Amino acid sequence: MSYWFRNDNRLPQQRLAIVSYVIVGMVGVLLIGFWKLQVIDSDKYAQWAERNKVRSIPVIAPRGRMLDRDGRVLVDNYPSFSVLLLRDDPAQVEKNLPAISEGLGIPLADLREQLQNSRNLKNFQPIVIKPEASQADIAFIESHRTDIPLLEMLMVHRRRYLPGGFMAHASGYVGEVSEQQIEASNGRFRPGDFVGKSGLERQYNDLLQGTDGMRRVVVNSVGKEVDHLPTQEAIPGKQIQLTIDYDLQQVAEQSLGAREGAVVALDPRNGEVLAMASHPVANPNDFAVRISNEEWKQLNDDPAKPMLNRAVQAQLAPGSVFKIILATAMLEDKVPPAGFTTFCPAYATFYGRQFKCWVYGKTTHGWVDLHKAIVESCDIFFYNVGQRLGIDRISYYASHLGLGRRTGIDLPSEETGLVPSEEWVQRVFHRKWYAGETISVAIGQGAVTATPLQLARAIGGIAMGGVFKQPHLLKDAPDVSEERFNISEPTVEKVTDAMYGVVNEKGGTAGALKLTGVDFSGKSGTAQIINYDLRTRLGKGKQFKDNSWFVGYAPRRNPEIVVCVLVQAGGHGSEAAGPVVRDVVKAYYDKKLKKPEGTVTAENKKRGVDASASAAAIQPVRKPREAALTVVGETQDGDPR
Amino acid sequence: MRDTAAGTRDYDWWLLAILATICALGVIEIYSATHGSSLAGMHMKQVRWLAVGFIAMFVLSRLDYHLILDQAPILYLIGVVSLVAVLLVGHRRFGAQRWIPVLGEFFQVSELVKLIIIIVLARFFAEVRNDELSLRDLVKAGLLVGVPLVLILKQPDLGTALVLVPLLVIGAYLAGLQWQHAAVFSLAGILLIGSVFYPPVSRHILKPYQRDRITSFLHPEDDAKGSGYQLLQSKIAVGSGGFWGKGFEHGSQNQLGYIPVRYSDFIMSAWAEEQGFKGVLLALGLYMALLLRLVQNAQRAKDRAGMFLVMGVAAALGFHVLVNVAMVIGAMPVTGIPLPLMSYGGSATLFVFLAIGLVMNVRIRRFVN
Repeated sequence: MSYWFRNDNRLPQQRLAIVSYVIVGMVGVLLIGFWKLQVIDSDKYAQWAERNKVRSIPVIAPRGRMLDRDGRVLVDNYPSFSVLLLRDDPAQVEKNLPAISEGLGIPLADLREQLQNSRNLKNFQPIVIKPEASQADIAFIESHRTDIPLLEMLMVHRRRYLPGGFMAHASGYVGEVSEQQIEASNGRFRPGDFVGKSGLERQYNDLLQGTDGMRRVVVNSVGKEVDHLPTQEAIPGKQIQLTIDYDLQQVAEQSLGAREGAVVALDPRNGEVLAMASHPVANPNDFAVRISNEEWKQLNDDPAKPMLNRAVQAQLAPGSVFKIILATAMLEDKVPPAGFTTFCPAYATFYGRQFKCWVYGKTTHGWVDLHKAIVESCDIFFYNVGQRLGIDRISYYASHLGLGRRTGIDLPSEETGLVPSEEWVQRVFHRKWYAGETISVAIGQGAVTATPLQLARAIGGIAMGGVFKQPHLLKDAPDVSEERFNISEPTVEKVTDAMYGVVNEKGGTAGALKLTGVDFSGKSGTAQIINYDLRTRLGKGKQFKDNSWFVGYAPRRNPEIVVCVLVQAGGHGSEAAGPVVRDVVKAYYDKKLKKPEGTVTAENKKRGVDASASAAAIQPVRKPREAALTVVGETQDGDPR
Repeated sequence: MRDTAAGTRDYDWWLLAILATICALGVIEIYSATHGSSLAGMHMKQVRWLAVGFIAMFVLSRLDYHLILDQAPILYLIGVVSLVAVLLVGHRRFGAQRWIPVLGEFFQVSELVKLIIIIVLARFFAEVRNDELSLRDLVKAGLLVGVPLVLILKQPDLGTALVLVPLLVIGAYLAGLQWQHAAVFSLAGILLIGSVFYPPVSRHILKPYQRDRITSFLHPEDDAKGSGYQLLQSKIAVGSGGFWGKGFEHGSQNQLGYIPVRYSDFIMSAWAEEQGFKGVLLALGLYMALLLRLVQNAQRAKDRAGMFLVMGVAAALGFHVLVNVAMVIGAMPVTGIPLPLMSYGGSATLFVFLAIGLVMNVRIRRFVN
């Protein structure tokens, strides 16, 4: 044993005591640190802990389906998976971006752009980076759950439209919500959400959309789900039933075929739209997922304008169909008197300019009264009527019969067409109306333009004796407004008789369209070139084939169906547009007569077994009435521009 | 020679009670942190380590500390040689060469070295007979500590290396450190610490991962998944625990694995989350009681050598507690220093019990003369 420690027991007691104080002080400082975290800032950290462990994944509400008037599905959904990127941890996202890009086959630049676009979103909401995940994508996500805990699959319901662009303009389409919509939505929309972009999808988006729910899961530090919190269920969108009759729609689509044009079939008694087609058309299934900018640009730049719903957006000279407006004005105003006759030498001179009748160079109409002028569509007669009425009377009747303003149909972006007047040229061109212009307008040329829907509504309303129901596509719309324009009984009688003659009398312009057993009436229109403005712009250098119009209805008084068809560059009205009208009217009666119980006709809302449901793609729906709708009908009357 | 120790009556039963309570808290929290994971059963392994530790403590307490101090030079030699051996043949785990296999388990040699340095410094300072510590002696002591410190830094194990510093500081202080020397060395220390935080200098003296830890300590938000993430998650755990805590097995940060190494270095974080501020008060209160009890034992030591031994142990444990707990609340960078007695780990637990064994050793011989 060494002696180095012997006899030395002097301990530095004072310094030891100081060490004790240091220990107490040290523990005190640590406790202050804990106090700050656990008491003062506790709420903040509790929130962080919550955000750590709870992952919110949206549950997308299925969109309401669209059914036809008999309950057949027109627009449906199918389940599909979207890939969600969870962005809670930006550094982690940044680190895994290349792997994600490679695994899912999305260019890195695209991913970065998407992240950039959603940088302003609150609460680190996950974003959809790839809609319509493939089997390979799903496999990739599942196998990388632990090393890339940022990807999540989201079950969504995608829209399925009938193939070939069937009724596509009326149904519209859905698309990813735009940035502007997100900003305007007050947090209701997230990037990657689908909303109605056009047509009924847009019009009734609020009904169809439903409310997304939220699945809340507890995840551990490597992103694995370990528990579930109560899920906020999604509220599915409401199903809507349309006034469209699938069978008529199909006839309309097929009969119009590949030609540019539109078909509108209305029930003038209640304003229900039985069919609405517009060609050419883009298949909305092609962009129900995600459309590239190039494709989108291509669609919009296509000179054939496939995105235009010609039924409500084509504003074209109505041609001779407009003569019905003039005839009504003449008979109501008695200018010239009802018995007015004139001689048609196939041409006439007004204000120093020669105007031709359409039979010019072939024959003449000889002596013409109103009836014959409508049946044979004599231009000379209506030049004279127009000259005598003057533009303001024409304008008055045209706008009161619904031209030059929106019909108020439940579709977005309906166009107004144009009814020219002295006031209009003054306002727009700052000049006086030339009397010669009235002569062109009298036969539906010149500045006057109308949409197919307006013409269907106008002719149907005249045949109804002056009752104009607001056209609508939503079945059981609670408040269908109506307009009444007083037209005297003799006037209605004379005009409808003449339109019956157009189809059924010898010499009628549409004699070839006669339907046995049906009081099929109508008026053809053959409008030169596209419109007034375009004509002045393009000059006379270019030749255009005439636009072909036909508005037909049946029966001759208080019709059940009125159909307006436009075939652009189709030639003569009764040759191109007329047969399409007849096909639709015939289909309507075939269906009605085949079903004496009337289970599927426009007038009878009771449902039954529909043996004539022709297309295999259409299946009857078991509960067609499950969608209780409350839609307030609004009329957009007035606003003649 | 005759053992001068008295009977079991002279053991510091209070100290043992505090020790056992802290160990119990540790086992409880290790259970809570691991029972639902692939690490389930870890608490029983810890209990086994504690049992081994208790036995080792009693064995060491029976061996007169004067005998141990006698062998200080040889122990020092063994320590340095084994540190060199670790560098040459040691087992590499988690990116550092710290482990050598002994009896089928991996031991961290540096834990043993801490104990040896406590003994060596006690011997050294006990031999300084002056009331004031001369500069010469201070430099000698510094060299004694410096050699193993550099070797441990080489492993690299910054945390353990740092523990040697307070051993030197407290020894020097109790041996009569003069305030002028204290001022000079404090300045040097501050400069060193400052340079660690100053990138142009730290580039030359720190390993990349050590620099990362410093950076992420200073800017945790820049390093969301590295050690900055660890500190942040630890703070979230502690803070979200609130005053009352989320309850045993109910800390989401703990149970879902957001707290890094929640059963070991960050066990205080898990404890604070589940037991809240009240639990922290209990745990830190126990540690304070433990340390004060050690100081009391030092005050009653029979001789200066005993006092230095006990205070060396107190300095080591106190430093561990300070650095670990400060890290848990985000007030210090991640250093890899476990919380004595609560953190899971064989070598660290064994070190603490052997150290306490030295204290008991001094304690039971206080009346013998």
